[in-house]
Amino acid sequence: MNFDFSDDQKQLRDEARRFLTEKCPPKAVRAVIDGKAPYDRELWKGLADMGFLGVAIPEAFGGSGAGHLELCVIAEEMGRALAPVPFSSTVYLAAEALLLAGSDAQKQKWLPAIAQGNAVGTLALFEGSGNPSPKAIKLTAANGVLNGTKKPVADGAIADFAIVAARTGSTGRDTDIALYLVDLTSEGVEAKALTSIDPSRNQAEISFKNVKAELLGAANEGWSILSQVLDRAAVLIGFEQVGGSDRALEMGRDYALDRIAFGRQIGSFQAVKHMLADMYVSATLARSNCYYGAWALSTNASELPEAAAAARISATQAFQHCSKNNIQVHGGMGFTWEFDCHLYYRRSNAVAVGLGSLSYWEDQLIERMRQKNAA
Amino acid sequence: MNFDDTPQEAEFRAIARKWIDANAPKHLEAELTKPSAKRASEKRDAMLDVAKAWQKKKADAGWACLHWPKEYGGRGSTPIERVIWQQEEGVYDKLARPFAIGQGMCGPTVMAYASEDQKRKYLPPLASGEKVWCQLFSEPAGGSDVAGLRTRAEKDGDDWIVNGQKIWTSGAHYSDYGILITRTDPNVPKHKGLTMFFLDMKSEGVEVKPIKQANGMQEFNEVFFTNVRIPDSQRLGAVGDGWNVSLTTLMNERMSIGSRVATGFPELFEYCSNLMIEDGLAIDDPNVRSKLAGWAVKNSGLKYTSYRSISALSKGERPGPENSIGKLVSGMMMQDIAMFAADLQGASGALVGADAEAAGEFQATILGSPSMRIAGGTDEILRNIIAERVLGLPGDIRVDKDVPFNKVPTKGR
Repeated sequence: MNFDFSDDQKQLRDEARRFLTEKCPPKAVRAVIDGKAPYDRELWKGLADMGFLGVAIPEAFGGSGAGHLELCVIAEEMGRALAPVPFSSTVYLAAEALLLAGSDAQKQKWLPAIAQGNAVGTLALFEGSGNPSPKAIKLTAANGVLNGTKKPVADGAIADFAIVAARTGSTGRDTDIALYLVDLTSEGVEAKALTSIDPSRNQAEISFKNVKAELLGAANEGWSILSQVLDRAAVLIGFEQVGGSDRALEMGRDYALDRIAFGRQIGSFQAVKHMLADMYVSATLARSNCYYGAWALSTNASELPEAAAAARISATQAFQHCSKNNIQVHGGMGFTWEFDCHLYYRRSNAVAVGLGSLSYWEDQLIERMRQKNAA
Repeated sequence: MNFDDTPQEAEFRAIARKWIDANAPKHLEAELTKPSAKRASEKRDAMLDVAKAWQKKKADAGWACLHWPKEYGGRGSTPIERVIWQQEEGVYDKLARPFAIGQGMCGPTVMAYASEDQKRKYLPPLASGEKVWCQLFSEPAGGSDVAGLRTRAEKDGDDWIVNGQKIWTSGAHYSDYGILITRTDPNVPKHKGLTMFFLDMKSEGVEVKPIKQANGMQEFNEVFFTNVRIPDSQRLGAVGDGWNVSLTTLMNERMSIGSRVATGFPELFEYCSNLMIEDGLAIDDPNVRSKLAGWAVKNSGLKYTSYRSISALSKGERPGPENSIGKLVSGMMMQDIAMFAADLQGASGALVGADAEAAGEFQATILGSPSMRIAGGTDEILRNIIAERVLGLPGDIRVDKDVPFNKVPTKGR
């Protein structure tokens, strides 16, 4: 059994950590939070130069073609560093959708641009509150013309293009939904930035008025493609959450060692020790579930839907658990703007719902386990 | 990243599988597959005979205590071969339960501290199950605080005279030998005055009494020592060094990486898949789904955590600390899951045994599971271990650390 990343992949993780430690300190995250820029352009360019943006994009489309296990270890470091860049929207969602369903021309147009850091992409799925569901999609597509509004769209105000889920029929079946590729500079597109619980990442509302768009994949397969994209992104975002969990746990541990109260290190109190031990348990369970997700993702295994849901749930629970208790370990200092605890807390609560809520994925997991059992 | 065996591992697995297939007591497979088989010790002696026969058969063919050296009754296997054997032995591993403490904890201690002659004499019959060993550590006054033990051993010529009481001793009633930690000097701080021995459980002055547990069963014992004579040659480690010797034993306690820990989840999932509640199947209820999903990811998380440790063994590396979460997570899960299942049964959830739904499996777990959060390290001790050894947090401030043991208070009020 070799249920672990290879030495090369671990070296890549170390390389990513060194790069991000230098180029993406908390100061860089705070620059975006303070509104100095919608994202860290210099970091984005640096990620492209390091080859991180195209690590899972084949060489034929301008990437390095290394693979998805490589992308997983980079994702972990991106989450750990709270990188304030549109990495998940562009790489996990838009690029994955293109790879799964794009025509050769579509891939040639966008994938090399992604790998070089010249294009930001996103997925425009949600229309107000609620979880991923074909029924919730009202934006219409008729003869390749889109009308409707998407909200929230992660990185929507900075993206160059979007994969848009649109309604093409009203039979009530999944086949009513098609995916469209939209150049967001097109006439009729209007993006408006929204205020997010995690201002280190952009959120937007995008309205489409008679916007010309091209199909991505077959018209009746939109929902099926979308489900696969969400599963793949669930694993990759899971690794970001695992990275964030580990960092929040370390911050709590380090503070518990440094801080003296009642004449002793607060980390010598069992109430604090046990809180940190429980954070370690959550983070470990999440990591192991995500490793399984990584295996399923990288091998295109039939277990991917179940593995992705488990990774998503476990990683969401762990990041929220670790980030909230990191504040608790810090006490009052953890609730100041100055300490970085809230940056992790904010990110954990944003990513917890960004791909559909916990209860949605819980339902998905049990449904998928049940179907497997029935088969 | 893959789940495949290396060619050598695959070869070893094939040999193990073939032998098990030809030799395992297949007529017991159905009985052992039931979740309640973990409580087979209730049937005590009948199950013990079957267990001993299987263990002897394994030992004769070289499949007992695989990781031990051959001269002590083992196979000289690598850690990963031991894991593969455990995977292949499957449900028959439950038959090894009477020997688990002897082979898992007493054996390594004897191996580390006994004389060469003693090792060659005592270890092979321990490996083959012909002789069963127990571990005499916990006392009424010291469970989590094992070093607070009060059983006295006093030197008398070439012997030691032991007086005192041990508790929670699994299998003492059918054990042939035991390892025993005693206090030999009460005038020094508690960790410094301890000494370890092994003894014949048939020695004069040893009295074993079963404990009736909160769930009505009898799986453990109290053991009383009245002027029990132990030769100094059966001392393990130096006089006063018993605490360090006991750490060898305890470090082996939670090291079973290959065997899957029971969580109760597969049983609950199966139960909910078939249970009709008001509006249909329980598994279609959103509340049930949410609960199931929470436990599902803990269950899979534990499984893949052990896979990570196995992978390290496969590469000849030392596993990381990740496996330390197993018992902490699974113990709480067993209890929570059983309570949830009973809740789904409504008022019938209060019934037990044959009168209960699902043959009373969940109620039996409700009543038995508190012990899973205590035995082999309480949840709180396990959290301390994670906090101190994995996260590097400071140890507790010990007010009795530098106090002579006989000056440590014994009552709160």
